Amino acid sequence: MPPILTAVLVVLAVPAVLVAYILLIEAIVTRLPRRVGPRIRPWLWLFPAFAFVGVFLIYPTIATMIRSVFDRRGEAFVGAENYVWFFGRNDTLTALRNNVIWVVALTAIVVGLGLVIAILVDRVRYESGAKAIIFLPMAISAVATGVIWRFMYELNPDVGTFNGVTAALGFDPQTWLVNEPRNTFMLILTGVWMQTGFAMVVLSAGLKGISTELLEAARVDGANELQVFRGITLPLLAPTIAVIATTIVIFALKTFDVVYVMTNGNFGSEVIANRMYKELFNNTQPGRASAIAVILFAAIVPVMLLNIKRFREQEAIR
Amino acid sequence: MTSAHAPVLVGTDIKPQRRSRRPRLGGLPLHAIVLGLMFLWALPAIALLVSSLRPASQVTRSGWWTALFPPSTFTFQNYQDVLGTQGLDSSFINSLIITVPATIMVIAVAAFAAYAFSWMEFPGRQVLFVVVVGLLVVPLQVTLIPVLSLFRDFELPGIGRVSGTFLAVWLAHTGYGLPFAVYLLRNYIGGLPKEVFESASIDGAGPATAFFRLALPMSVPVIAALVIFQFLWVWNDLLVALVYLGPSPTNHPLSVTLANLTTSQGGDWQLLTAAAFISMALPIIVFFSLQRYFVRGITGGAVKG
Repeated sequence: MPPILTAVLVVLAVPAVLVAYILLIEAIVTRLPRRVGPRIRPWLWLFPAFAFVGVFLIYPTIATMIRSVFDRRGEAFVGAENYVWFFGRNDTLTALRNNVIWVVALTAIVVGLGLVIAILVDRVRYESGAKAIIFLPMAISAVATGVIWRFMYELNPDVGTFNGVTAALGFDPQTWLVNEPRNTFMLILTGVWMQTGFAMVVLSAGLKGISTELLEAARVDGANELQVFRGITLPLLAPTIAVIATTIVIFALKTFDVVYVMTNGNFGSEVIANRMYKELFNNTQPGRASAIAVILFAAIVPVMLLNIKRFREQEAIR
Repeated sequence: MTSAHAPVLVGTDIKPQRRSRRPRLGGLPLHAIVLGLMFLWALPAIALLVSSLRPASQVTRSGWWTALFPPSTFTFQNYQDVLGTQGLDSSFINSLIITVPATIMVIAVAAFAAYAFSWMEFPGRQVLFVVVVGLLVVPLQVTLIPVLSLFRDFELPGIGRVSGTFLAVWLAHTGYGLPFAVYLLRNYIGGLPKEVFESASIDGAGPATAFFRLALPMSVPVIAALVIFQFLWVWNDLLVALVYLGPSPTNHPLSVTLANLTTSQGGDWQLLTAAAFISMALPIIVFFSLQRYFVRGITGGAVKG
């Protein structure tokens, strides 16, 4: 069967099967004794989703943790050997260091710039146009972003925009993606281009939620713009900033596509996710790759707990 | 999630934004900064577009910016080349074949679970939903190896090994997209007026009727937001396709083909830029036509009130 027909079939059949499943379990549940039916109903409704989540998220996460303490072939238990390997090498530690740089630099720049832009565009008439342009990179894949920025950084000053400017100013063309540690910052710049729109849009909505009367009252009382910002705007935006920061931290920790396309981790620009991919497919070392994945997961766990805490607080006031 | 954005949003309401009645302060420096930022943000994309329309002979001889001033020649030859000889046309179809079912599947599966979380009472409801919130940020790297061996081991009648097929990516994307879909849908469906469901129940309507007749039609805005998120995520995904589709190019979507082109045709900028633009075209159209839902989707999540 041609794949396109299969796809059409899937689009029609999957919802149909799920609807049939729900109607079937409802028919059964309503015929069961009153004490049994309503008790099992929620579990039957949840079943399809939890089957998927179980097979594709929960089971494999546990299996990867187990796999990470076994050797290359997955036969012999090696304890912490794969982790010792990871923390005992310069190139893997470089990847770890770069992820730390990604987390700190990207989060700081995106949140800061997003806030500045949100405040500025709030004061111009062409606000929606300005936002749309800065927001647009969010729709563009990281692979295409990689192509776009490789083109920007190209060495030939008759191709690369950066070196075109460098040449026009009378400097030598630069190898933007070769010199360490500059290349990591050049990669982070592509992340800034991709993510600032997200921060800006969310912060802009937050700004518009602040009561104009409150700001006016402060101004009438003689506060200058900076005092209004530090005394009112910033504290009121703090929860929003926290949400954005966690999102960007996770993005920075998981960075893969841009690095894969632009440098493939060469010249000291490696990151954890790309290193894991290499270990799995280029070096066929699933044990080590599993350990790297677990390390990445461990780095995300604090953020996960923070999200859960925040969710619980919100549920409490719901 | 590895795509451009993994919305990890806390909070619930998707509400229309309040219009700002702030004084529109002017001033030349303000406009200069805002227009400058707009210029800087648009520049890389404009460079790509202009370059993709220039003849191959000129692309490496003079900067793309020279084409902005006459005399300049533009051509669609690069697009014909990448669509024909580089196989971008079949990759485009593959991207559609992957994205549309993966988007429908995740919403279909998530909707029932979201309804159960919203309007059914059962022990452990809160704890289970906290698990969903936790799963939102699980890096899919930690799932790759076991899922890949599942796909390699399983043989389906008539299909053979799942690994390398579209089925593999449909299933994987559904699994990976579910926590966010359940989360977003539950927050919306759970926020619908309680009275609606109570009176339906009094009138003798069962959960299935309440779901199909009430919850689903009332959730159109959030479903629209979810469609855009999932569409953009799957269309722009590289890692899932790279890992589960394997090296054979037959089933490769645009992202994988473009990534491979970057390695193999690194210097042929006229081809790379055209190929990149083809991969961006549909998401940009979807994004601009449904921007309203998209923005509400993310702001509604992160901002209360």
